[in-house]
Amino acid sequence: MLEKALVGSKKYYLWLGFLGVLILVGFCCYIKQFFFGLGITGMSRSVSWGFYVAQFTYLVGIAASAVMVVLPYYLHNYKEFGKMTILGEFLAIAAVTMCILFILVDLGQVHRVMNVLLHPTPHSVMFYDMIVLSGYLMINIICGWSALHAEYKGSKPPAWVKPFVYLSIPWAFSIHTVTAFLYSGMPGRDFWLTAIMAPRFLASAFCAGPSLLLLLTFILKGFTRFDPGDKAIKTLAKIITYAFLANIFFFLCEVFTALYSHIPAHRYPLEYLFVGLHGHGKLVPWIWTSWICAAVAVVLLVPPKTRNNFGTLAVACILVILSTWIDKGMGLIVGGFVPDPLDHVMEYMPTLPEIGITIGVYAIGFLILSLLYKIAITVKEQRGLI
Amino acid sequence: MVIDTRICRQHPECNKCIEACDHEHNVPHIPDKKHEIKWIWKEEFENAFPDTAQEYSIEHLKGTEFLVLCNHCENPPCVRVCPTQATFKRPDGIVMMDMHRCIGCRFCMAACPFGARNFNWINPRAYIKDPNPEYPTRMRGVVEKCIFCNERIDQGKLPVCAEACPYGAIVVGDLADPNSKINQILRENFTIRRKTHLGTGPSVFYIV
Ligand code: SF4
Repeated sequence: MLEKALVGSKKYYLWLGFLGVLILVGFCCYIKQFFFGLGITGMSRSVSWGFYVAQFTYLVGIAASAVMVVLPYYLHNYKEFGKMTILGEFLAIAAVTMCILFILVDLGQVHRVMNVLLHPTPHSVMFYDMIVLSGYLMINIICGWSALHAEYKGSKPPAWVKPFVYLSIPWAFSIHTVTAFLYSGMPGRDFWLTAIMAPRFLASAFCAGPSLLLLLTFILKGFTRFDPGDKAIKTLAKIITYAFLANIFFFLCEVFTALYSHIPAHRYPLEYLFVGLHGHGKLVPWIWTSWICAAVAVVLLVPPKTRNNFGTLAVACILVILSTWIDKGMGLIVGGFVPDPLDHVMEYMPTLPEIGITIGVYAIGFLILSLLYKIAITVKEQRGLI
Repeated sequence: MVIDTRICRQHPECNKCIEACDHEHNVPHIPDKKHEIKWIWKEEFENAFPDTAQEYSIEHLKGTEFLVLCNHCENPPCVRVCPTQATFKRPDGIVMMDMHRCIGCRFCMAACPFGARNFNWINPRAYIKDPNPEYPTRMRGVVEKCIFCNERIDQGKLPVCAEACPYGAIVVGDLADPNSKINQILRENFTIRRKTHLGTGPSVFYIV
């Protein structure tokens, strides 16, 4: 079956070649970082996590969101999602792979990473995060691959896979909950110290992930015979809408508590993000971009007319992705470090090599995704399933 | 540890403890603020005690500098989050670092509410002027901080900062021993600690 990834049209090869170039650029930047140290990035004593950890956090959400197609299909027997589940699972595989890579490029001593296994530490949330992420990767490889293999053979997936499919549902929730716990359990980081962090993470994941899935579906629809059916797209659009509104609602709850309680430590990070703090405001344009995108997305998603129009829906999906990517990435991670524990404001911006490495990791993810989708689509085409 | 800031205030130009520590532990002096490494250093009162400082504080506190360092917390969040136990608490309460085990994930830096932790963003060795051969230098990519001179404590000596202070402003002792000198000082003086409301139990006390 793997050979299906190797034969394709000229456009397909061009795309793979393009990704290859980006990976190469990222790799060169990484070599530089490897020999110079993380000082090559914009991170500092005050803002000790940056772009990489932001991407990691965001992509855990993308990975978890596969559950939004798997759950209706398997638990509610919602047949319309039949063609989408495999795309969701493969997206999860690519996303978790990127998560792992983003953690690796963020480590100061990457070759020591096995110390996490050699000295297992049950009181560290990072330990659990590693377990749930690698478990989720395995589960999705098993489920996605066996489903595809069954299609290839023209049979049904073996019975032993079923429990894994069901397991993947709570597991998806767990990966993003544990990731939220990385942040929400630290004393003195008031922006993160909130019980609503995990629900908010899930809400933003369940709008951003399906948005990406929908965009990928539209692309596949344009280039191949694949079509999940209008009904599936419209249902997914509804899921995106509800999750996005929940995400905004949770955020407004945060804003209320911070502003109405008037507790400085809770207010400062929000002030820093939205209006700037002590004259520092590098993130202000970012966060406003995020919220303007969010407002337009809501306007496009809520009325059925624009939601069911695939043109405006695609635009809304792009806006949702952009909005949540800024909000959950730079906004949440960098915002949590400002002001620092000594009440100083040190600003953060990613540097060029940092962006290069980030693009490289994304290119690896999209390469994996392209290969997997190529196999899936070819198998479906040959079986006459699409 | 008790720091008598009344004494420090009389000698604002004195940096003996900081200099002694930096030399003893090969703490690099990196000019770029983003990459700084600090084990014990000075912060203004408002920064060291952001929740205690207030607009109406006594004139002599405004803008005066306080020594800050790792508090060797009784309930250290940095130890809790470390995924490899590269930072751990010794039975005597010192929060230690194993720089050979540290993977450089910087979770501890996010977890420490006192900004006591440093990451070697760049190779620190180029920034050590007069290296002390008795103590190892660090490589880039690991976290470091004050280790309460564990190597000296084990030999029955005082931490180098306490020894270096010409005015006896830094007193170190065993909090667990009710008869220790430090407990006597704490009984007789009003002291404050940084951010006690977070429940980490800092072991550095300040007489104001
Ligand atoms: S001051 Fe910070 S680094 Fe030191 S023990 Fe407490 S939490 Fe850990």
